[in-house]
Amino acid sequence: MSSPEPERSAKAASYLRIEGVGKRFAPGAAAAVDGVSLDIAAGEFFALLGPSGCGKTTLLRLLAGFETPDAGRILIDGVDMAGVPPYRRPVNMMFQSYALFPHMTAAENVGFGLRQDGLPKAEIAARVAAMLDLVKLGPLARRKPHQLSGGERQRVALARALAQEPKLVLLDEPLAALDRKLREETRFELVRIQQRVGVTFLMVTHDQEEAMSMASRIAVMSDGRIVQLGTPQQIYEEPASRFVADFIGAVNLFAGRVAGAAAGFLQVDSAEAGTTLVVEHAPLPAGSEVAIAVRPEKITLAPASTAPNRLVGRVRGAAYRGEASTYEVELAGGKLLRVTLPNTGRRTEGYATGQGVMLAFAPAAAVVLPP
Amino acid sequence: MSAALRRRAVLALPYAWLVLFFLVPFLISLKISVAESVIGIPPYSALIDTAGGSWGLDLSGESYRRLFTDDLYAVAYLNAIKFAAVSTVFCLLLGYPLAYGIVRAPRRFRSLLLLLVILPFWTSFLIRVYAWIGLLKENGLINNVLLTLGLIHQPLILLNNAFAVYVGIVYSYLPFMVLPLYAQLEKLDPALLEAAADLGCRPWRAFLRVTLPLSMPGIAAGALLVFIPAVGEFVIPSLLGGPDTLMIGKVLWDEFFANHDWPMASAVAVAMLVLLLLPMGLIRRLLQGETA
Repeated sequence: MSSPEPERSAKAASYLRIEGVGKRFAPGAAAAVDGVSLDIAAGEFFALLGPSGCGKTTLLRLLAGFETPDAGRILIDGVDMAGVPPYRRPVNMMFQSYALFPHMTAAENVGFGLRQDGLPKAEIAARVAAMLDLVKLGPLARRKPHQLSGGERQRVALARALAQEPKLVLLDEPLAALDRKLREETRFELVRIQQRVGVTFLMVTHDQEEAMSMASRIAVMSDGRIVQLGTPQQIYEEPASRFVADFIGAVNLFAGRVAGAAAGFLQVDSAEAGTTLVVEHAPLPAGSEVAIAVRPEKITLAPASTAPNRLVGRVRGAAYRGEASTYEVELAGGKLLRVTLPNTGRRTEGYATGQGVMLAFAPAAAVVLPP
Repeated sequence: MSAALRRRAVLALPYAWLVLFFLVPFLISLKISVAESVIGIPPYSALIDTAGGSWGLDLSGESYRRLFTDDLYAVAYLNAIKFAAVSTVFCLLLGYPLAYGIVRAPRRFRSLLLLLVILPFWTSFLIRVYAWIGLLKENGLINNVLLTLGLIHQPLILLNNAFAVYVGIVYSYLPFMVLPLYAQLEKLDPALLEAAADLGCRPWRAFLRVTLPLSMPGIAAGALLVFIPAVGEFVIPSLLGGPDTLMIGKVLWDEFFANHDWPMASAVAVAMLVLLLLPMGLIRRLLQGETA
């Protein structure tokens, strides 16, 4: 993995180490978590991303100590967590439902863990006040959860998870319960707080946009396994499989067969595309089955006549989205493509449904995936 | 019809019910309690005296005077409250773990376990209390088993004393404690206990700081459902109790059916109601403070 800062790579001896962890809820049932290994450095903002049922929440619960792994080890700061109950683990969790204590005020919720630690009253009060300030909830300290809005409750939950100054905070879908606008604002807020406090965040989410905009590294999970690990850009631009390409953002996939290779380029015959596609890739044996993945925004319309990978199609549908428009284009062979074009001018004229169009994409814009 | 009017119409039904079946009988009792006991049908004097051609209100404080001067009533009241209060505590101590256990049981067993709690209601209350006589008497099942096992050499006195009354009340009223507690504990989000553990709480402390405070409404409801009928209980002290277990419900019964003193019985009933409103109001205040 590339570490962006030398300072981080020095500590990168991994604060959290997961070694071959597996969990099965019933004998014979499919594994919820299947041989997952992961190293997370101190101060990272790490995201576990996957569809529901992929095992990401189970993995989080294994780390918090609410579930016991059947296989593998979990080390936090070098200490094996086997047999360590949740109340002795140096981690705090922010629950998806927030799990705020309804009979306590916001301040009492935030101070709950500190009282368990037996800190002096004055210190608890000071720390609670500082935490509530951090999440900008100072004036609402004496409200009970039912007197707070969804966004305010979310911030109480975050302050509570940070109050004991854990090195590692587990966040289970931290933004899922917020409405869209608040969710987008809160993304930046969470990153800001994580950087200010200097704590390690491990977030679970099913929202790829959320994971990409917040996390420094992402592990994509499917069926209990990690299928790809990398920076948001690596995950998006260099997906390792059709599953990742499809789950992260929108993608157009062409099934094809390698026809030849030359000078860093592959020629791929694709019946779906109705032509031979040229893509930048290391040589593969001729005849190999592959899938060519192209993101909708990497396809251009009305290309120059000399452009490679030219395709002929007809617009089947158009969606104006403000900053961009998305078109559904049907190729001659019936294959449907998604194409996204930015609306750079205020009066950019879109393409009408039914209009015939020429499309193209650059050989470097496509990714070659296993079929 | 406006929404407010419709809401009032919906509320009118329970209010009408309460007026018809609670307030009116209460007023009748109140009326009888200020009459004088006479030999006749009905066995009390009329409230409005029409004798001598002029109308006059004929109020008698005789029953209430006796209520406050005769020790019997005060002792019986206090006894009833003591029996009810202690039984309520025992019901809570038995009922809480029971309700907690049912909530924590695998989902497929829960309705069966709840059914078992309610099952005794399918047999008449009177028969169930009688059955305890068979268990508790000198040559009853419990004494026989203990004697056979050699644990005791003389039969224990288990019947016709305070112990038997406690056993009877706790046994009879336990479901009224378990059901509201179950309803309350079942609502408790398990994530709250995980959150408590995550913040450093051992299971026992998590129970004290999260589960217990959040089950207070259930405890209060259960305590009221046990305490209030237990105060007026007369079947259990009559059948299982002895001379030292005089409870106010038994006194009321005797005034009514043995002495045929309706005004006195009504005065006892009115006083009992007033006395019971006190703890109810108190618990209501406490609960409102909890949620406010």
